[in-house]
Amino acid sequence: MTTRAQFDKVSLAFETPKGRLNVVEDVSYDINDGDFIAVIGPSGCGKTTMMSMLAGFQKPTTGSVLFDGQPVAGPGPERGVIFQEYGVFPWLTVKQNIAFGLTLRANHVAAGERDLICDHYLGLMGLSDFANSYPKHLSGGMRQRLAIARAYAVKPQFLLMDEPFGALDAQTRSNMQNLLLKVLQTEGKTVMLITHSVEEAIYLASRIVVVTARPARIRQIIDVPFAYPRDESIQERPEFGELRSYIKHLVMDEYRAQQAQMRPVSFSE
Amino acid sequence: MDGAGVRRFGLGLIPWVGAILLWYAVRWSGFVNTSLIPAPHQVAAKFVELLTKEGLLIDIFASTRRVFFGVSLGILVAVPVGFLLGWYRPARTFADPMINFFRALPPIALIPLVIVYFGVDELAKLVILFYASFFSGVIVMYEGVSQITPLYIRVAQTLGANQTEIFRKVIIPLTVPHILTALRVALGVAWATLVASELIAAQRGLGAMIQNASTYFLLDVIYVGIICIGLIALIMDMILRKITARLLVWQDRAIA
Ligand SMILES: Nc1ncnc2c1ncn2[C@@H]1O[C@H](COP(=O)(O)OP(=O)(O)OP(=O)(O)O)[C@@H](O)[C@H]1O
Ligand SMILES: [Mg+2]
Repeated sequence: MTTRAQFDKVSLAFETPKGRLNVVEDVSYDINDGDFIAVIGPSGCGKTTMMSMLAGFQKPTTGSVLFDGQPVAGPGPERGVIFQEYGVFPWLTVKQNIAFGLTLRANHVAAGERDLICDHYLGLMGLSDFANSYPKHLSGGMRQRLAIARAYAVKPQFLLMDEPFGALDAQTRSNMQNLLLKVLQTEGKTVMLITHSVEEAIYLASRIVVVTARPARIRQIIDVPFAYPRDESIQERPEFGELRSYIKHLVMDEYRAQQAQMRPVSFSE
Repeated sequence: MDGAGVRRFGLGLIPWVGAILLWYAVRWSGFVNTSLIPAPHQVAAKFVELLTKEGLLIDIFASTRRVFFGVSLGILVAVPVGFLLGWYRPARTFADPMINFFRALPPIALIPLVIVYFGVDELAKLVILFYASFFSGVIVMYEGVSQITPLYIRVAQTLGANQTEIFRKVIIPLTVPHILTALRVALGVAWATLVASELIAAQRGLGAMIQNASTYFLLDVIYVGIICIGLIALIMDMILRKITARLLVWQDRAIA
């Protein structure tokens, strides 16, 4: 198994007007080819910051982040990113948004092929009826699906997904999860996914990284004992339930720690 | 025009009719000496007379041309300069005080200097209008550009866009709205500065017409001149708004 990405004793601190803010602290783990890593932890603890170092938007203060053995120098099309804020281009129609990556020189997609790829992902994401609409006419969930379609369309080997299904209703969310599993099955990608849902993490991931309240350190890395291909039936298995309550406890712990941190004055209990 | 269009047009007409009625009312109320306020119909008659006998169209054309070239040149320079200032924060810290200094100077105060350096010909008027358009446009541009979020650029980078592609496919579309706003602001300021610029020995032009009329106390001519300036500025703004709506269909607006 080859190591795709590596966090090696990574720490990151932001200089803010109020002083130094440690956001990521001494994080080390490897992501191997074909891995599906889910990162889970309380809001504001530093998950997005951790991911953006691998995406190439932020440099670690100490330690190093490697991709294919090289320190990450900047963003690139081999690392597709689905941003927490979606970032769909408001000046392009739905179809033009999906086509955006395909028209770039780096991706070498022939003009004749683009239409087919666009139509494929429009259908997959249930956006066909809105192909020529502008994003201002889309709901939050549709924008999220559009951002997913746009990232999938250029077929990156490595996907970084920051709460990609957060804005979706339960039904669409589970459709999107199954679709992602199918895409991975056929295209063999490596994924790093940030989520707040323990069920989603167990259902999708091969390994779950539970991170602490800010600064994000590794609380525990948990191997998920289910083989791929998976389907919804695993959610009924007793191991699934046990794992879920175990991880929920860890996450709850850190959630409380984060709450305590954010409280300006401490109350006597 | 469809039904809604007719209604919007009718609604837009109401304040004008109101203004004219008020104008008559002030005249007839007796509070003001009627010789100081020509009646709307007298102004209208003067308008027709100037149009047919005095070549009002030549004045309109002269002024419109000055505004057009002044604004075009001003915006042509303001767009790249404003863009650079908005894009590179250090450049802004460096140039901001100076731009605000020059912007605060009323163009009319510069007229003596402009005459010294640029003479009294067309060039001098163009310089004044250029000055006014540039400084109003550049501020709109850089305020707008500095508010562009890096998110879209990041998205483009993760999809594989290189520097030129980011510029062509992301930065330009995000800049167009600010260029159009800068154009509209500059146009308004340029029309407001026109009369001052035509203080410089202008033979023709609406501003020149107003000034000549004021020496002979021809109030009706002054009224015609003012109304013409207002109307042409309004028409130009409407055209720009139409173009803006066309180019920016994608924008989220409260009103369609
Ligand atoms: N550029 C920055 N400058 C200063 N502070 C920052 C910056 N980016 C993030 N932070 C701070 O770092 C902390 C972690 O932010 P981050 O976005 O990584 O959290 P997160 O775990 O992704 O949260 P969420 O689950 O809510 O998305 C926050 O307290 C945030 O305010
Ligand atoms: Mg986040």
